[in-house]
Amino acid sequence: MVVKVYGPAYASPKRVLLCLVEKEIDFETVPVDLIAGENLTPDYLQLQPFGSLPVIQDGDYILFESRAIIRYYAEKYKTQGTDLLGKTLEDQGLVNQWLEVEAHNYHPPLINLVLHIMFSPHFGIVRNEQVIKESEEKLAKVLDVYEDRLSKSKYLAGDFFSLADLSHIPFTSYLVGPVGKEYMIKERKHVSAWWDDISSRPSWLKVLEICK
Amino acid sequence: MATPPVKVYGPPLSTAVSRVLVCLLEKDVPFQLVPVNMAKMEHKKPDYVKMQPFGQVPAFQDDDITLFESRAICRYLAEKYPNKGTAGLFGTNPLVKASIDQWLEAESQSFNPPSSVLTFQLFFAPLMKLKQDEALIKQNEAKLEKVLDVYENRLGSSRYLAGDEFTLADLSHLPNTQFLVEKTDKAELFTSRKNVGRWWSEISTRPAWKKVVEMQNA
Repeated sequence: MVVKVYGPAYASPKRVLLCLVEKEIDFETVPVDLIAGENLTPDYLQLQPFGSLPVIQDGDYILFESRAIIRYYAEKYKTQGTDLLGKTLEDQGLVNQWLEVEAHNYHPPLINLVLHIMFSPHFGIVRNEQVIKESEEKLAKVLDVYEDRLSKSKYLAGDFFSLADLSHIPFTSYLVGPVGKEYMIKERKHVSAWWDDISSRPSWLKVLEICK
Repeated sequence: MATPPVKVYGPPLSTAVSRVLVCLLEKDVPFQLVPVNMAKMEHKKPDYVKMQPFGQVPAFQDDDITLFESRAICRYLAEKYPNKGTAGLFGTNPLVKASIDQWLEAESQSFNPPSSVLTFQLFFAPLMKLKQDEALIKQNEAKLEKVLDVYENRLGSSRYLAGDEFTLADLSHLPNTQFLVEKTDKAELFTSRKNVGRWWSEISTRPAWKKVVEMQNA
């Protein structure tokens, strides 16, 4: 019995797929069509009461929130595949710190860009140029902090690739692709090098392959 | 008594700072609170930004590390001191821990955004003599209602969010809810929902949180 991951077509579930591939854990995917409202059916809401993606089912165990899921598997299979948590309690503290930064500083302006540029008019989003402008400005300020951090550290939490870097991959892939703002990454020397490094990992190429 | 090695930087009135303070108190870890005068922009000055490059509060230091992001600090404390103070804050096995983490993420992703906007608009904005945005208040109240409906259902079959015990997941809700229930006219969002109301009165009367509220009112 392998772990089932719901919603592979979308970005948040791809955080989970990336983690499972890095940890060499087998899985199955279950499609969920957001535009058709498949996330709002009673069956889906039984699994994920907020109607968000992803949720995983591992036998009888159900877990939602991609960042909780990746922490779970990274810890459960610590000695298998890539170590995504670091060696010490302090390493892990830094991984969690930058995962929180991704969740609270990086993701909010980026999800605005994704929703307004890629997904409107779906999900009740009316494209708003002011929101796009302000979100880009906010994201630029965050990327300036990243530029400074990555000039002193190869990866966000230290000299090792971790959950913190991994968590950025799916939505940043939207940013440099369909959102059309690759320059935000390319214009920053260290952010650009970091992005080239993490987006060329075999795990990401495998996830893109699976989700084609 | 020797100065505690743990330092927390920031004003206790800040929701993120108070999240860390209540965790330290639940864990019985002695600490020193270092004031940061945000009205004087101390959080944007070079000495502070060295610790917290986004210029936000809190920042945290102990003998081994400097950390920021309140939920990361809470997780670090729960991992470093599993047997001190309230032992079950992060669970005693990986499955329970992940369930706690799931609800901590739900707080972070679903509860925090609308409740933070309402807290800012209804409590901090008037304090700072800033104009309130009625449309933003209405929009975020609607979002928060939807989240609280999910909680109402969950707390109908579970004493606390992650199970039978008080955990980091419940703790993380204390700061914003305290403001909304005690300092705005939106208490009803919580108190009109039977299970949410019961849960709030249990978690908010814990001694550690009462101590933090005292620090905020000092």
